[in-house]
Amino acid sequence: MAIEVRIPTILRNYTGGAKSVEGSGDTLAGLLADLNDRYGGLQERLVDDSGLRRFVNVYLNDEDVRFLGGLDAAVKDGDTVTVLPAVAGGAS
Amino acid sequence: MRYDSLLDSLGRTPLIGLPRLSPAPTARLWAKLEDRNPTGSVKDRAAFFMVSRAEKEGLLKPGSTLLEPTSGNTGISLAMVAKLRGYRLICVMPENTSAERRQLLEMYGARIISSPAAGGSNEAVRVAKQLAADNPGWVMLYQYGNEANSLAHYETTGPEILEDLPSVTHFVAGLGTTGTLMGTGRYLREHVPDVQIVAAEPRYGELVYGLRNIDEGFVPELYDASVLTSRFSVTSADALRRTRELLDVEGLFAGISSGAALHAALAMAAKAAAAGQRADVVVVIADGGWRYLSTGAYSGTLEEAEARLEGQLWA
Repeated sequence: MAIEVRIPTILRNYTGGAKSVEGSGDTLAGLLADLNDRYGGLQERLVDDSGLRRFVNVYLNDEDVRFLGGLDAAVKDGDTVTVLPAVAGGAS
Repeated sequence: MRYDSLLDSLGRTPLIGLPRLSPAPTARLWAKLEDRNPTGSVKDRAAFFMVSRAEKEGLLKPGSTLLEPTSGNTGISLAMVAKLRGYRLICVMPENTSAERRQLLEMYGARIISSPAAGGSNEAVRVAKQLAADNPGWVMLYQYGNEANSLAHYETTGPEILEDLPSVTHFVAGLGTTGTLMGTGRYLREHVPDVQIVAAEPRYGELVYGLRNIDEGFVPELYDASVLTSRFSVTSADALRRTRELLDVEGLFAGISSGAALHAALAMAAKAAAAGQRADVVVVIADGGWRYLSTGAYSGTLEEAEARLEGQLWA
């Protein structure tokens, strides 16, 4: 078991074109650091000094991690993490 | 009920129980039927408040031209208000929005400028901002950043819910401009300790996110994360499944974004039921299913409907 991380099209140049990759960690920060060992540069596209970048949304099993502790959010094997660019959606 | 005109009948929408979908007698779901507004969507509230405020501020004169980026519902609401008040309306709409919305807008006399499908509403916002800069005579009310949008919900939707259901514990709505969640959320928080404010945002396929540069994303100016307690990203498949469940189980024919909101509402209700906590979860039905029939969402199997929905904006 591992944690599945889904990568948006725009960042797949960091994953050799893969739509989803696997990693491990106890927190989101740990997971991203683990991924960065194999997919160098990915972490920096998602995180800056203040935390998750403004226009990056990360979902843990479909819930926005910003409401689950951000980079400190606890993750475990079997979870799915989805990375998406922020867009204007909704019934507008 | 009797009203002096269509606009006077705005709001005061029914709040109906969803007893068959509620996970337990102590964890109940309630649907706020916003399709019962004058043009059939929750956006009538924001449109009316935004136009009224612009009139008070002297921004609008008879014959003025309004400009708005919209995936449809706000455009239709504004078109109705504009027709009754004597304004012209230009809508910037992504080309992958449903045919029903375009037909309605044209019937109301609005002019539609299409923005590219790739990029969805982000692109419509970008195009509209450029048009506004090039045409200083046009008035862009700009629903994503206009305080009157969230104020409409602070002054109407929130008080209506509290009056009908003082025991409310959760408020769940779709996240687009964020106006419904910000306004209703702020009002409820001031009156109901520990109320949970939950957003359900649509998760589209590759086409919509496709080539979006991650540094050029879009967060509506109205959005204040501190108002929310959770935010769910709901796939088209889950939204469709729940939309059909609403009709199958409770007889309610709703739009697809309401299915997404129901998906998040059910998760919150189930969580409360499992923890043995009482819950009264209000979920916003933003519009009816009529505006989405041509998307194929309501015919054939779920898999077929999902395939047809790929690349279309359903909220």
